[in-house]
Amino acid sequence: MYAWIFRNLPGPLWLRILISVALVAVALVLMVEFLFPWFSQFTSLTDSTIGLVQQP
Amino acid sequence: MADQQTTAAAAVPSARGTQRKPPRGRLTASDILRKISQVLGELLITAGIVLLLFVGWELWWTNVEADAKQTEAVKSFAQEFAGPVTPAVSQATDYGPPVVGTAPAHGKTIGIMYIPRFGPDYTRPIIEGTDQDVLDTLGLGHYGNTSMPGALGNFAVAGHRQTHGAVLDNIHTLVPGDKIYVQTPDGYYTYVFRNNQIVLPSQTDVLMPVPTQPGVTPRESILTMTSCNPRFGSQERIIAYSVLEGWQPSSAGPPSEIATQVAQAQGKG
Repeated sequence: MYAWIFRNLPGPLWLRILISVALVAVALVLMVEFLFPWFSQFTSLTDSTIGLVQQP
Repeated sequence: MADQQTTAAAAVPSARGTQRKPPRGRLTASDILRKISQVLGELLITAGIVLLLFVGWELWWTNVEADAKQTEAVKSFAQEFAGPVTPAVSQATDYGPPVVGTAPAHGKTIGIMYIPRFGPDYTRPIIEGTDQDVLDTLGLGHYGNTSMPGALGNFAVAGHRQTHGAVLDNIHTLVPGDKIYVQTPDGYYTYVFRNNQIVLPSQTDVLMPVPTQPGVTPRESILTMTSCNPRFGSQERIIAYSVLEGWQPSSAGPPSEIATQVAQAQGKG
């Protein structure tokens, strides 16, 4: 899959390397900004309040 | 026999070699199977890496993020704070009953908490509200249905034990007699740690004006802090109770024990 993506990126080798690094960076940012905060509500590490059971 | 085996063995790679580049559109079943398992394998490896990244994010990055936001909140509070940062000469003055401020809007800063037991630089903002947006980045959250600092009754705050700044990570290290200072625009409230208690998450009576005693009229001002227990778990809650010992208006300057930290917070701006 990743090999296929890499083969299908446009441009010479250095550009394809650059694009793939950028893609990985974008994926990281999206995960940190959206995926992880959303997922952390399902972990119970962060419960510190009494009574107000908003999250499991 | 041996000859046959060698020829058969020699024939296999060549046969494979011809199969490796079939004409386009003519994939054999084993080719498809290999492609599917390859993609599946790559996806599983990706999922594993993402989970590891999540652990790193939760245990490390949320602290970095929260620390930055909390330092910012402390700084902006200290900049707006009008009052000397050097303690008054005579510490024995009685300033009368403490001034009780009004609770700000959700997400706004009530003041700063200084807990020398947690380290000389422990300065954390106290923010109105205990929703996730407050607790996850801004620091200690004030339970909206409890009193304000200095009032008779219970001033209750919640904070994370782990992750998101880990503001109350060392709550179990408090020793009876430890001072806890709350600074609001009105002045400084000095609380003395009394005891802690480990309860179930559903035991809301720890937030009552007289903790765990419903219907009793409060005679003292209590500071109640709640956090997760055990560390890295949330099966229980650890509660720390402190009693108001003294009060001094902001014009009198900070208590001498925290004068350095107060000056530092203000000098950062």
